[in-house]
This record gives sequence, structure tokens and C-alpha cells, in this order.
Amino acid sequence: MDKKLYSVAATFGNADDIILATGKIASAGYTNYDVNTPYPIHGMDDAMRLKPSKIGYFTITFGLTGTALILWLMYWVTTTDYPQVIGGKPFFALPAFIPITFEATVLLAAVGSALSLFIYFFKFPNNSHPLHDTEYMKSCSSDKYGIYVEAKDPLFDEVRIKALMHECGAENVYDVNYEEDFLTAKFEIFDKKFIGALIVLAIIVSASTYLHLNKLLYMTPFNWMMDQPKVSAQQKSTFFADGFGMRTPVEGTVARGNMPYAYKGQPDEAGKYLTNPLQNNDKNLALGKAKFLTFCSPCHGNTGMGDSRLNGQFPNGPTLHSDKVTNWPDGNLYHVITEGQNVMPGYFRQVTKDERWAIVLYLRTLQRALNAKEGDLK
Amino acid sequence: MSTIDYSVEERLVHGDRSLKQIDDAIVNPLDAKPNIKYILALGLTVTMLMIGAASLGWTFYKGIGVWGNNNPVGWAFDIVNFVFWIGIGHAGTLISAILFLFRQRWRNGIARFAEAMTIFAVMTALIFPIIHTGRPWVAAVYLLPYPNQHSVWVNFISPLLWDVFAVSTYFTVSFIFWYIGLIPDFATMRDRTTSKIKKVIFSVLSLGWRFSNRHWQHYEMLYLILAGLSTPLVLSVHTVVSFDFAVSVIPGWHTTIFPPYFVAGAIFSGFAMVQNALIVIRKIFEIEDLIPLKTLETMNKIILVTGTMVGYAYGMEFFIAWYSGNQLETFTFINRAFGPYAWAYWIMVSCNVLSPQFFWFKKLRTSIPFMFVIAVFVNVGMWFERFVIIVTSLSRDYLPSSWAYYRPTMFDFGLLIGSFGLFFTLVLLFAKNLPAISIAEIKSVSEGAQPSHHGESNHSANGTHGDGHNG
Ligand code: HEC
Repeated sequence: MDKKLYSVAATFGNADDIILATGKIASAGYTNYDVNTPYPIHGMDDAMRLKPSKIGYFTITFGLTGTALILWLMYWVTTTDYPQVIGGKPFFALPAFIPITFEATVLLAAVGSALSLFIYFFKFPNNSHPLHDTEYMKSCSSDKYGIYVEAKDPLFDEVRIKALMHECGAENVYDVNYEEDFLTAKFEIFDKKFIGALIVLAIIVSASTYLHLNKLLYMTPFNWMMDQPKVSAQQKSTFFADGFGMRTPVEGTVARGNMPYAYKGQPDEAGKYLTNPLQNNDKNLALGKAKFLTFCSPCHGNTGMGDSRLNGQFPNGPTLHSDKVTNWPDGNLYHVITEGQNVMPGYFRQVTKDERWAIVLYLRTLQRALNAKEGDLK
Repeated sequence: MSTIDYSVEERLVHGDRSLKQIDDAIVNPLDAKPNIKYILALGLTVTMLMIGAASLGWTFYKGIGVWGNNNPVGWAFDIVNFVFWIGIGHAGTLISAILFLFRQRWRNGIARFAEAMTIFAVMTALIFPIIHTGRPWVAAVYLLPYPNQHSVWVNFISPLLWDVFAVSTYFTVSFIFWYIGLIPDFATMRDRTTSKIKKVIFSVLSLGWRFSNRHWQHYEMLYLILAGLSTPLVLSVHTVVSFDFAVSVIPGWHTTIFPPYFVAGAIFSGFAMVQNALIVIRKIFEIEDLIPLKTLETMNKIILVTGTMVGYAYGMEFFIAWYSGNQLETFTFINRAFGPYAWAYWIMVSCNVLSPQFFWFKKLRTSIPFMFVIAVFVNVGMWFERFVIIVTSLSRDYLPSSWAYYRPTMFDFGLLIGSFGLFFTLVLLFAKNLPAISIAEIKSVSEGAQPSHHGESNHSANGTHGDGHNG
């Protein structure tokens, strides 16, 4: 490939020589030259006639930006977006904001100036600079002091520069070349390795996302404190002799509002003697509807037509609009809800007395709605 | 003393080494196989780390109920360890930034190492506030990005929030400072290494640094600026940590002496820790000549000064407790010294105030085994200082009916041991894998490194590069 001359470079053995050589190169009028030394040399900036670094302006700009931004944020939050009186202080409590303001200023100043150093002043990262991996660079990074003049300098004259270097006591003089096609090389997007890396990355990301969302989050201790040292319903207990976590009421006692049911196993008596104590009003109907939809509709359907949602996992509840049920007295309905009937379980544990009567009311309304008589339309 | 000629720089690097030999001395041990001392040390610290990891695992599984924290002692080992480790970090910034501004050249050999210790100490410290939230993975999910659908904002008036800002800024700035210092050394290692993998790693890390003087110029300026920023920053960090206590209304916490007292204590314990670690590291890696006894002696002097300041603060606290006439305050301090935690109080006083006083004697402060033991005492004492402040104040506050004695559990101790394990494991890995001594800085102060005086202009008046970035 075509090799082009990037620069002529020379290394020196001690700090005095490099200062001397730099002075000469600078006074000869070269501008595209640089000095490479393993550590900063005193007096080199003067020898190269460099102006003082301007990075301080970046620092102050970034720092003051930090101050302004954080003050604005705190002002907006505490007075506009989320005003709260805390500790009897005013919304905008400046003294209390000073620590954060200070930290934000320092943070932005430091991060901003470091980034501007790399990006603006150094144009880093730059690992493809022609000087890299040359003999010259390797000696400058260890124990030699180097200077080079770029070929693009208007006054560039290889012979003259080399002579000058030798005159100042150069230990080695190098030609630094670069390959033309290296600079013009393009990044191939369909490169096999690149595509391969993308695929591997995709697999890793999907697998870890899957494991995270579907497995990890359901394991203790990541499962939202599901595992707690307490006895919950249906759990075994090693504490109670009968091994049940759930407790039954102490024998011979009745909890408030839990009067025992008088017609156990006697549906006919229930039908005969029980009457609905609730008024037929909107409030009770709404309650009945809510309870019916929660507790009855899975098996009997939303309107009690027997259109169960259980997909055969349980015997379908029959329609509640049969003649039998329609002609039952309220007491019978109440009895079925309380005690259940054959495979249908009783609901006295989940549904209170009043709620049961409210369901009865609602059922009656449903039945009437389906078989509306002429007079109902009024 | 009076015969020192300050116009002549004291030799900092002992042993005559050419620049090349400095490279070799610092980089060769990194490429060499680890010696038996190193393996033993690493084995020990990793074991400690594992103890911590097991305790942490159990804490995660069962919840923080396995700790000894009770009501009213809601802050205990977790916060004690946090404050302790943040304090340790302060020495690093002091050495790398404040001593740099004061042109204390003896810092050059240890600055890099001390900065690394800062970073590791802050990392160790940060574990504790995070795990004491109970379910830190949720904290991670809900903190970043800050979920603000309900427009519920943090409380900018709370010292706990100031603390978040202070510690995270401190960590970030220390890291930048440390990394910028490492860049030229990464470049040196990039050009030296023969291993392909290392070459890639160091090329990436050095960002393509070319030792160009046009870069050195900005680089040194930035170094100075960062030192200038870090100096108030490091003072602010422990000040803000002390606000966590001082701004509350618990007797024994609510005092104005806390900020300076915490900062002095932080530097005190930090120097003790750096001194301990340096003694171990120079022994393991056999670099006694790069970290001379003189450096350690100077550090001991700082330990003496700050230890005495801490002692003064203890005295002043007692004085104010009496002088203020505040009954609660008086009670709290008498309770500290003679109550159920008297044992902790007297461990603190004897370790922090009495033990450093031995450093008045030159013979003692230049004896390595002796100074090592004293520094260990100092750290024990400083850990107990935080324990005394936090636990004694909480365990007996306003309501005698809710007083309770705090007893740590084995998991509390496990986490404490683990924090030391983590810190020293990181320190050892750092010392083995990265240049723990700044190659460029050491070169710049070695014999004949700077030009003799011809052509010297009014440079030293210009603070930025008069002395190189090495102070
Ligand atoms: C788990 C499903 C299920 C639920 C929930 C359920 N039932 Fe039933 N129900 C049945 C089954 C099955 C039968 C038929 C029982 C039988 O074979 O006699 C039935 C029977 C009935 C009967 C008697 C019908 C007849 O023709 O004999 C009435 C009335 C009744 N249910 C009302 C209700 C009410 C009111 C609720 C809400 C509190 C309810 N059911 C909840 C499954 C259910």
C-alpha cells in the first residue's frame, strides 16, 4: 500500500537538549510540530510559545451551569410542582439548598471540564494516530524526549529538519509514515464478526431479560415479600395441635353479627317462615347486584341464565329463571345461598346476612325483568 | 531542623534509577507472577469478603430483621460502617488534592494509591445505605431513572438527600481525578506490553494518549483545577454526612461542632488506613524505596495533629453539654461516658486521643511495627466513635419508656468483616494490576528529569506548570 510521510521525528536523551531543539524548531517558524515527553518538562510551554490553557473557561462555564440548573430545579419543584411546607420553612428555602447547589456545581464543573479536555482539547479517543505503535512513540513513552515536524507544515523540508536535529544532539531520527488506505478504510457493517457479535449480544440480552422477568422476580427474596413469617389462610401451622393455620371460633361462642342459622337442613321451613327484611330500593339492589356478580355469576352467569364461565371445570349452575326457582318463596332462595344445595357450596362465610337478602332481592328483579308483565312497563 | 535549605529539593525517589528503570520497577511487578505473600494476603481478604457476602445473602433472604437494629436504635452498624468508610476515603483526596495545592512533594509516591483507596472506600461505604433500605434491588429499579409519574419529589431540605448528592459527587470527581492521572501510565504500559490482550485494553484505557506537550499543557491545567475543586468537595462531604446527625433533634447529635469534628476525624482515620495499607503493600511488592520511611513518618505527624483535634472535640462536646445547661444534652454525655455503653466510649477515647500521642517521639513514629499498631488502634477508635455517636444517642433519647440496649448480631459483624474484605481485596487487585505509583509523576521528580537552569524564564511564577503536575 502507499506509504506517505507523516512527519520527521527525533529523540533526545535529556531534558536540556529537547528544550534547545524545541527552541530552534520554534524560531525556525515551524507551526505543525509537537514535543512528546514522558512527563511534562518545565519551561517547555515557553519554548514552544504556547498560550496558557483555556480549559479554565470551560470549568467555570460548566460549573455555573450546574449552579443555575440545580437552583432552577429546586425552585421549580419546591414552589411550583410539589410545594410542601417542611419544617416550617418557606417553599424556596435557600440556605437549605446550599449544600446541593455546591455539590451540583462541583459535579458539573469536574465532569464538564474532563469531557472537554478529552473531546475538545485532545480530540480523544484517537488510537489511529500515525504516531501510535512507532519506535518513536515507544521511546517517548518511556525514557526519551521526542520532537516531530509534520510533513504538512508549509516550511517542511526533510533534509533541513534532519540536519537541525542532528545539530542539537538527536540520538535517533525517524521518518514516521502512515498508510493511505488506513486512513480511508471504511467500517464494514455486514462484516461477519460484527454481525456475529450482534447476534450473541441479542441472545444474551433476551435470555437475561427472560430469566429476570419470568424466573428471578418470582424467587425469594425478589418476589415482593411474598414469603413472610406469618400464618396465612389455608397454611399449615406447627403451632396449633390440629395443624391448621386457620382458627374456628371457640366452642359455645358466637361472634358479633354471626347469629347461627336457624333452619339448618330445613329448606321447606326456611321457605315458610323467612321473609326478606330489606326494602326494595336502589341501594339494596346495587348491593345485591355487586354481590351476585362476585359470588354467583361465575356459575350461574351474569344474568342467572345458567351460562357458566367455568368451562366445565365445575358442574354448571342451572338457570335461576326456571319455574321452580321463580315460584320459590324468598326463604328458599335465602336457604340455598346460605347452605348450598348438593354440589353448590354454601356462601354464609363470604356473604353476610344482609348481603344474602340483597342478592335475593336482585334475583327477583332479574326474574321479573326476563318475564316482564304488561304492568311492569310502567 | 534549621539547616534545611528549602531552595534545594529533597530527593524523593531513593535509589538511583534511570527513567527506564522506573518503568521497570513499577510495571514489572504487575506482569510478574504473584508472589506467595500476595496470594496469602488475597486469600485472607477474599475469605473476609465471602463472610460478608454470606451475611448479605442471608440479610437479603430473610430481611434486615436479622440485624440487631431495634426500636429505638434504627441506625446501627449499617450507618456506623457507612460513616466510617466515607471517612476513610477522605485521606486519599487530601493527599492527592490538598497536598498537591500545598506543593507537598512527598505525596507523589503515594497519591495514586491513596486516590484508589478513596474510590474503594466510597464504594464500600455506599453498600451500607443501599442495603439498609432492605430490598436494594427495588431501590435500584425505583431510583434510576427516578419514577415521577405522581410528581412526588424528593425533599431538598433533607440532609439525607444532601448526602446522596455529596457522596455521589465525591465518588464521581474522585474517579475522574484518579482516571486522568492514570492515562499517561496506561499509555506507557500500552507501549511496553507484549501481550496482545493487554495492548488492546491499555490502548482503550489510554484513549490514544501521545505524551504530546500540547496535551500536557491542558492536562496539567485540568489537574490543577480538579485539585482545586476536590479540596472544598472533600471538606463538604463529611460535613454533609455530619448534617445527617446535626440537623436532627436527637440530643448528642444536634450540635454545631459536628462538621469540623467529623472532617478532622475522617482525615485522622483515613490517614491511619492509608498508612496501614501502604506498610502492607510495600512489604508485599517490595517497593520500600519508592515509599520511603519519611513518607510514613509525615503521615504519622498528620495522624498526631488530627487525633489531637478529635480529642479537643470530645472535650468540647462535654464542656458544651455542661455549659449549655441543657439537661437532655448533659444527660446524654454523662450517659455516654458512664452509661451502658461506657465500654465503647472509653475504647474510643483511649484509641483516638491517647494512642496517637506516642507519635510525639521520633523513635516511635519511625518504627514501622509500632506505627502500624497505633494506626490499627486509631481505626478501631474511629469506628467506635461513630458507634458511640449513633448508638448511645438513639438507645436513650427523650422517652425513657422506649429506651433499649442495642446488641449486634453475627450478621452485623459478618457485614463489617465483609466490608474490610471488599476494601482490601480491591486494594490488592489494584496494586497488582494497575500502576499503584504514578510513573509519570515519579519520573518528573527523579534526578535530572527537569532541564537545568538555562533558558528558564518566569515559569515558577506561573502556578500551573511551574512544578509539573506533581506538586
Ligand atoms: C361454584 C358454582 C356455583 C356458585 C358460585 C353458585 N352456585 Fe348456585 N348452584 C350451582 C349448582 C351446580 C347448582 C345445582 C345444584 C343441584 O344439583 O341441585 C346450583 C343451584 C342453585 C339454586 C337452585 C336451583 C335449582 O333449580 O334447584 C339456586 C337458587 C342457586 N344455585 C343460587 C345461587 C346464588 C344466589 C349464588 C350466589 C350466592 C349461587 N347460586 C352461586 C353452582 C353454583
